Amino acid sequence: MDFKLKIWRQDNPQSKGKMVDYEIQKISPDTSFLEMLDQLNEALILRGESPISFDYDCREGICGQCCLFINGRAHGPLDQTSTCQLHMRSFKEGETIYVEPFRAGPFPIKKDLKIDRKALDEIIASGGYISVNTGQAPEANQTLIDSDTVERAFDAASCIGCGACVASCKNGSAALFTAAKISHLFQLPQGKIEHRKRIENMVATMDELGFGACSNTGACEVECPQGISISHIALMNREFWK
Amino acid sequence: MYFTTDTATAPNSKIPDGDLKEKWSNFKDKARLISPNNRKLYQIIVVGTGLSGASAAATLAELGYQVSTFCFQDSPRRAHSVAAQGGVNAMKNYKGDGDSVFRMFYDTLKGGDFRAREANVYRLAECSSHLIDQAVAQGVPFAREYSGYLANRSFGGVQVSRTFYARGQTGQQLLLGAYQSMMRQVNLGNIKSYTRHEMLDLVTENGVAKGIIVRNLDTGEISRHPAHAVVLATGGFGKIYYLSTLAMGCNGSAIWRAHKKGAWTSCPSWTQIHPTCLPQAGNYQSKLTLMSESLRNDGRIWVPKVKNEDRKAAAIPEEDRDYYLERKYPSFGNLAPRDIASRAAKERIDAGHGVGPLKNAVYLDFRDAIATHGKEGITKKYGNLFNMYEKITGINAYEQPMMISPAAHFSMGGLWVDYELSTNIPGLYAIGEANFSDHGANRLGANSLLQACIDGYYVLPQTLPQYLALLGKVTAPEGGSEAFINAENQVRSQLEELSGINGSKTVDHFHRELGKILYDKCGLSRTAKGLTEAIESIRVLRLSFYQDLKIPQVTQGINEELEKAGRVADYLEIGELMCIDALSREESCGAHFREEYQTPDGEAKRNDSDFSYISCWKRGTDAPVLIKEPLQFEFTKPTERSYK
Repeated sequence: MDFKLKIWRQDNPQSKGKMVDYEIQKISPDTSFLEMLDQLNEALILRGESPISFDYDCREGICGQCCLFINGRAHGPLDQTSTCQLHMRSFKEGETIYVEPFRAGPFPIKKDLKIDRKALDEIIASGGYISVNTGQAPEANQTLIDSDTVERAFDAASCIGCGACVASCKNGSAALFTAAKISHLFQLPQGKIEHRKRIENMVATMDELGFGACSNTGACEVECPQGISISHIALMNREFWK
Repeated sequence: MYFTTDTATAPNSKIPDGDLKEKWSNFKDKARLISPNNRKLYQIIVVGTGLSGASAAATLAELGYQVSTFCFQDSPRRAHSVAAQGGVNAMKNYKGDGDSVFRMFYDTLKGGDFRAREANVYRLAECSSHLIDQAVAQGVPFAREYSGYLANRSFGGVQVSRTFYARGQTGQQLLLGAYQSMMRQVNLGNIKSYTRHEMLDLVTENGVAKGIIVRNLDTGEISRHPAHAVVLATGGFGKIYYLSTLAMGCNGSAIWRAHKKGAWTSCPSWTQIHPTCLPQAGNYQSKLTLMSESLRNDGRIWVPKVKNEDRKAAAIPEEDRDYYLERKYPSFGNLAPRDIASRAAKERIDAGHGVGPLKNAVYLDFRDAIATHGKEGITKKYGNLFNMYEKITGINAYEQPMMISPAAHFSMGGLWVDYELSTNIPGLYAIGEANFSDHGANRLGANSLLQACIDGYYVLPQTLPQYLALLGKVTAPEGGSEAFINAENQVRSQLEELSGINGSKTVDHFHRELGKILYDKCGLSRTAKGLTEAIESIRVLRLSFYQDLKIPQVTQGINEELEKAGRVADYLEIGELMCIDALSREESCGAHFREEYQTPDGEAKRNDSDFSYISCWKRGTDAPVLIKEPLQFEFTKPTERSYK
């Protein structure tokens, strides 16, 4: 397959970026999107041009490091799919594909398509855990948890921390990311004790870092590669105002 | 000769005295301690933030030590432990199906083909139960029965159900538990986390580890980090095969650079080739995705009986299917251990029974399981894996069998460590997949998450004070010495050398070539002839790398090609040592299958009288030097490993 690509190029955080045109030919439909960019990069390097910087690591949809905004959607055209799991068979022959970084105030661009998501770690550091030291834990089966509750907690815990929710939100809100962690821990009995402090600290940190407010557009839920529901945001809001 | 042997050096494994069941307690009873008020005076570096690194960093910080962590990813949560799917083993015997610490120990030792220390393996089994308690307390959503009790499933190589799991995302959930514990300590100021920083050298003074040199991957800045002890938790180097189940960034550079500073490398050729991965589909493919071994609980593996079969799977009647694992290993069947399942698949594929467009795969079929448990039952257990399979291949595995193929997955080998997880360099520790310790010549499924966690949560925090307590009066570590200056200069000149070659081929070209050599000659099966050829080919490739590499010539700012070049430069050296290690071991054991040494029915044939040792490779002036740590079996009797 042949494609025309318009890709965001930016030398460093300070410089002004722009869309640059590329063309690529003879790509197998079973090639993944990132492998297509690998091939483009090999060609660029051999031509003496600077290759395109983009984030990736596991390439199996779980590490959350890949983060491309493709044709106006975080992680591209497929639902519940991260960029690395997207294949060229999802595009039309000859199609022009727009590739940009995830954009949000708290996610500064480092180079080309690579962004800085330290802010998400800071939200977790401010309370996204149960404070148990190694060795303190009681016997595991002393805390019985019904399987439906665990499954609901798991739905929230499956967040991969990619930031698609932030990049898709017109307010640049990290509400879904933050709520997913709050909800995961709140639903489990062992997470309830610290719940009050956790929610106050995490919400405050999210605000301090410059993430916007949630106005319930639901864009985050649509673009989340793990399909995490905005009902977790509702839970966070309800609990926050309690 | 490709190596020399040093019989004068006797590695001290520091196995505590006493009965197998009391060794770990005996160690803890007598171990030196650091008093709570003094712990904050010690600075510990942990390189790598996967399960072993994050759990060690969190636990050490909880105890009061000052910890710095380093990872090349943009967040500690992205380390490749995150991708482990199937589960984590632990001896709880919740099923009452006859499990015990001894049985778990024996399964692991036997699974590793009796090429690991009894005492280490026993400790792994002994500590396993606490891990589940800890993980549940952290909020890890392990699968539960309707009654609310924890659920278990079975994994390869065992006949009990001792695997705890969190959907097909057990690694992710365990890692998030460890990461969150680590971030809690970051928040408390006990851990300083450096992301996007790669360790490029170990600094030693008078043979003692003093710190590391790192490169900031965003700015290109090189910095020195002195410490009282350095812990390498940098994972495995299976990405050396280029196509593997590992993340793109996984590498062997930290342990290799420590090796070059004097740390011994053990059994580097012992690589687990995982039987259930997606087959290679094209030349530009960058990885082979793993499908969890847990699928073998319900999926049946088969190939067509006829060579070059061209009918579709569904059109092939029962009598024309060869369920070769069930046929060859009736008591373990589809749950035969990984090395055996992979070799059996390769044997069938090589014999012309492979399926798929490139005839390089076997079927993993859920037809019968769906008939028994219904589609819903299968979805509940493996839904995310079926989705993942469809995303990658475009095939619905509820309707057609999956096609799977073996791929490089786990490094049993790594830095040599003693019972205390210390390398032979005082002050340098290696934990998790980065070391060689518990898995012997083959790792059982769901034991990697376990070992990473046990090393990080339970062993290292107990053994590290043994060393720290001997340091005497504690002063702040300093990075101004000649050793630091030299190490930094060396790092700088290597980066300049790599970016100055200005040849005509990309890093990936060399990596792919190396991968091909290793897959063919030092993969699922090996021969003396093939290994010798591989060593010569790698040497030629390495020369070509230093003459013909082309990368963008910038050392400042982000330069992914420069990062990759440093890793591939190390792979080109590690690959040679892997082949030498495989050549030196004239027996078959576990994942190390030398075609010259097999039983009449094609199974690995161990030679306990000559090769019951751990290889410890030391740098030599001309060739690597082999030191042997003999394995002693006091409590078990090594037997031929049969799963029939």
